[in-house]
Amino acid sequence: MKKQLEKKHPLAIRWLHWINFPLLTMMIWSGLLIYWANPVYGLWFFRWELFHFFPQGFYDVLGVPFRLAEGLQLHFFFMWLFAVNGLIYVIYLLVSGEWRAILPVPGSFGRALRVALHDVRMVKKLPPQGKYNDAQRIAYTLVILMGAGSVTTGLAIYKPLQLAWLTSLLGGYEWARWMHFWLTILFVLFFAVHVVQVAMAGWSNFRSMVTGYEIVDAAGEKATEISVAGEGAKA
Amino acid sequence: MRGDDDKVLLEQVRELRRDPADERRNTASILNEKRRLGPPIDAGRARAEMFARSRRTFLMGGAAALAGFFGWRWMPDETKNNLLRRTFELNERVSQFFYRPSRLAPEFSRERISPRRVNGLIGMDKELDPAAWSLSVGGLFGRDSDITLTLDDIKALPRTEMITELKCIEGWSVIVQWAGVRFSDFAAHFLPKTIDGSQPDVANHPEKLVPYVSLSTPDSGYFVGWDMPSILHPQTLLAYEMNGEPLLPEHGAPLRLASPTKYGIKLIKRIGRIEFTAERPRDYWAESGYDWYSGH
Repeated sequence: MKKQLEKKHPLAIRWLHWINFPLLTMMIWSGLLIYWANPVYGLWFFRWELFHFFPQGFYDVLGVPFRLAEGLQLHFFFMWLFAVNGLIYVIYLLVSGEWRAILPVPGSFGRALRVALHDVRMVKKLPPQGKYNDAQRIAYTLVILMGAGSVTTGLAIYKPLQLAWLTSLLGGYEWARWMHFWLTILFVLFFAVHVVQVAMAGWSNFRSMVTGYEIVDAAGEKATEISVAGEGAKA
Repeated sequence: MRGDDDKVLLEQVRELRRDPADERRNTASILNEKRRLGPPIDAGRARAEMFARSRRTFLMGGAAALAGFFGWRWMPDETKNNLLRRTFELNERVSQFFYRPSRLAPEFSRERISPRRVNGLIGMDKELDPAAWSLSVGGLFGRDSDITLTLDDIKALPRTEMITELKCIEGWSVIVQWAGVRFSDFAAHFLPKTIDGSQPDVANHPEKLVPYVSLSTPDSGYFVGWDMPSILHPQTLLAYEMNGEPLLPEHGAPLRLASPTKYGIKLIKRIGRIEFTAERPRDYWAESGYDWYSGH
């Protein structure tokens, strides 16, 4: 059977993606060092706090306590790199046309639900898709918006006087900090799901995010897999 | 790498196959997403090409990752601290570039005032003796020696009240009502030196004043440095009242700084000395690795 090499991920996307990984890690780590100094948030169900962020043992295991100054130093260094890398990524998506592979459209939510049901083995067939399925499109678009949200809420708590209009728009200093925290939790959840999905999608898919290429069956040999819309394209 | 790709592989851009049945249900076709496929080749050759590409990119990517990881890990502490301190200074310059004294922090209604929260008693080990307290001021225009002021001298200046949010560098905040004297009013009365020795004009030419102010407690146990633009901000007060009452000792009686322009670490309590200076003053928490500027 004939094969084809398919160029899945442009060089810029791969670099920006992999550079973002240590940058986001450092932002979250230094954010944790800062958060420790005023750890006030929890997961509440009416009057019961189900989980407090975070238990003392969590801080102790990671060696977090009493490193606020270091956390601020790292946060206000890596913020530049994180924001610039993210900005270049968004600009690249727009000018290269890669946004076509990522943006959801009306109808994406229904198909994303089917993808989710497929992932938990409740539906056999994946809906038609391009490079990414609709669940991925929604997730990858959301994570870009989350990045923009983190930068925005971060600015609001970094410069609450000079950017007082922004801080007020977000409901004030305390709410901006609350949002900044929860966006970080969402990033961590995204990361967890992302890693599980990549592991499930397999080596060839992971390799394509490094090399850019994936081996696919040559077009025409299996009619259902010709187009971008064919079923079964991977994560 | 891109040119290389083009050589090895004839890229062809292929339009989506438009399957009428799928058309309306297909995000990829709606957005006109395209694929980039190489020419059909034998499975063996495809594997060989893929292997060559993988070896190259994994080696390069791995090297980049290791260089980044160990470069950061093994960076000498001195280099790293220098880099982070310089970044604070860069951030300070960016902040000052965008700084406008006309921008004000929001003020709140009385109902929003928070329960008072005590934090930070450094430099106030000994009990305050109000009768013995005085404020010495140095770096004044046309004087070589300090002057000594009483609280009544301060209270004789115009009184200003504000209800603003105090933000601690730890991450919490409280809304506090302050009363006192605008530092800018204080400086307009007790004129700071200028850089070139010319007559100071605090209101119209603050940039000609010496650029820093150093403040410390009577025992010099706590000390902060301020940049002139932030301390002349209309919401920076030399405060003697808090939440409608004279300052309590733990909140910095008899005189402290109150301002929404910087974190609480800069709002020195029990001020004993103020000095206008051309040199960047020492700062208690900056010496422990915190941002000297710490400005909002």
